[in-house]
Amino acid sequence: MNIIVCIKQVPDTSEVRIDPATNNLVRDGVKSIVNPFDMYAIEEAVRLKEKFGGKVIVLTMGPPQADVSLREAISLGCDEAVLVSDRAFAGSDTLATSYTLSKAIEKIKDYDVIICGKQAIDGDTAQVGPGIAAMLDIPQITYVRKIEEIKDGNITAERATEEGYEVVQTRLPCLMTVVKEINNPRLPSLKGKIKAKNALIQVWKAVDIGAEENRIGLKGSPTWVLKIFTPPPKPKGKIFEGEGQHVVDQLVDSLKGLLH
Amino acid sequence: MSGITVYKDKCMGCALCAKACPFDAITMVDKKCVIDLDKCSLCGSCVEACRKFGAIEIVRTTTQTPDIEKYKGVWVFAQQRKGVIQTVTYELLGKARELADKLKVDVACVLLGHGIKDKAQDLIYRGADKVYVVDNPKLEHLLEEPYARIVMNLIRKHRPEILLCPATSVGRSLISRVAVQLRVGLTADCTGLDVNADERYLMQTRPAFGGNIMATILSKNHRPQLATVRHKVMKEAVVDLKRKGVIEVVEFDKSFFISRTKVLNVVDEVISTVNIAEANVIVSGGRAMGGAENFKMLEELAKVLNGAVGASRAAIDEGWMPYSHQVGQTGKTVCPTIYIACGISGQIQHLVGMQSSDVIIAINRDPSAPIFNIANYGIVGDLFEIIPLLTKRFKEVL
Repeated sequence: MNIIVCIKQVPDTSEVRIDPATNNLVRDGVKSIVNPFDMYAIEEAVRLKEKFGGKVIVLTMGPPQADVSLREAISLGCDEAVLVSDRAFAGSDTLATSYTLSKAIEKIKDYDVIICGKQAIDGDTAQVGPGIAAMLDIPQITYVRKIEEIKDGNITAERATEEGYEVVQTRLPCLMTVVKEINNPRLPSLKGKIKAKNALIQVWKAVDIGAEENRIGLKGSPTWVLKIFTPPPKPKGKIFEGEGQHVVDQLVDSLKGLLH
Repeated sequence: MSGITVYKDKCMGCALCAKACPFDAITMVDKKCVIDLDKCSLCGSCVEACRKFGAIEIVRTTTQTPDIEKYKGVWVFAQQRKGVIQTVTYELLGKARELADKLKVDVACVLLGHGIKDKAQDLIYRGADKVYVVDNPKLEHLLEEPYARIVMNLIRKHRPEILLCPATSVGRSLISRVAVQLRVGLTADCTGLDVNADERYLMQTRPAFGGNIMATILSKNHRPQLATVRHKVMKEAVVDLKRKGVIEVVEFDKSFFISRTKVLNVVDEVISTVNIAEANVIVSGGRAMGGAENFKMLEELAKVLNGAVGASRAAIDEGWMPYSHQVGQTGKTVCPTIYIACGISGQIQHLVGMQSSDVIIAINRDPSAPIFNIANYGIVGDLFEIIPLLTKRFKEVL
């Protein structure tokens, strides 16, 4: 079984803060990480390989420094890595990104399953996974929390919903996006780390994947950002301290307007 | 040529652009702006920051939807579950009506499902002028392939300028496929929508970087403009039983219903009766709850307030509550009217999942806990003392 995992290198949003004095984004020392949801995608891909054989190819689109994230994926058990990187991709929205990654996947050609994290924590769109599936015209199962069975070219999985889950079956090849519940990602092994250090990362440019010029980067992106702004800071709240019954009474009195 | 250009002669070296760049792509070299194109994502923050001097310009030469002026009307994808229209649909209808009135066009809904024909009238009462209904056993549950095929066919035939879709697991899974196949723009998880009535484009505002910044996004040159909209942000449209509208039942031939995917079973497993994404009040517990048995106390408080129980990642990882109750970056994003955080210190990963709640109440022993920075009201104290008192007091006043 050949598995492709699509990952994204993202700024660690848990370290991004707003400077209360200037209301600007503070990014000093914010490190780049593999999108947390993609860690579950990597783990699930490696588990499928361990069960069914085959190989795991990890794929990302990004700047040259995204190489670090691909090596991390190799240290966790992925076999090959592809970095799709070209200045012509700058300014890509989710449509252009879906197109670019699908062209890279067409070049890889031989795959049974594509796995993505449910969304990336910097953009939170959850659009690129289904976008790739649509570009490739393959079926998808989003928000997968458990793979029940893969047999005779069919896959059965539990798809998390707001209310619980659905058991869904589809044909291979297919694309899955996975949620945190699906597994507990392993830590890299020493062997994995050595492998990652020495791994050859393939770097593909727009011309290598046969991408049409007007479908990538700025040109291929129908959406763009008009402005970015920091939300107005919340006014300081009211803090009650003191004896239990007294503070509870004060709080409930303050809420009266809300509680009709 | 499309891309970003710095006009060095206009650059005053003020470095406002470097401050504004969310990607750290700008450095000042000899008091002039230099952009690292490997880091730049062409987001436009610097252009905005440099408006006074006009030293940075982004030129976009995108394609355009042919006959763009022929696209008219605002559509809503009406989400149903088990034959019941979901309330998020009514929130979208309220917003759609407002946008359509500014643009002086009609509102239409697309309703797909099985045994749902008689539900279409409710959408008219809530502000739709027209409802396209496709009723077929194959559409009982979301199946992305037939759903996307049908929605696309209706869009191609009737050419709406805007389509709003709930930012739910159903909406997000479906509409991304539609956007890609139509090759149009899609903006996820919007919390603010407005139109420019003269130029007829949609301004879509959404949180990014976990809600630390907001971005307003346009898709000026393509139609329809697609957006998913976050639940519990827009106000529900009110019912007007006097409203009139047209219900059109649309038939499709068999080929439209082909699906490689099938739903074998649907299981509901939310512990309390209220799903946290739907709840108006959420009582959440963190690590300081100390054990699964102590969540009973939160359930009692939630019950009095007709709310649901949530939990921080720390509490979920301890196994005190099921994952479907997790609030935060790797759990659910919620925006209830009242959010009560009990024994939650307020790490950023939790805050991004609940900071858009209307009123946040924090109960924590540690007065320096970060949760107090975003709380509207806070009680510094022992939650095992405070919560039962609070439950009792709410019982008295409600």
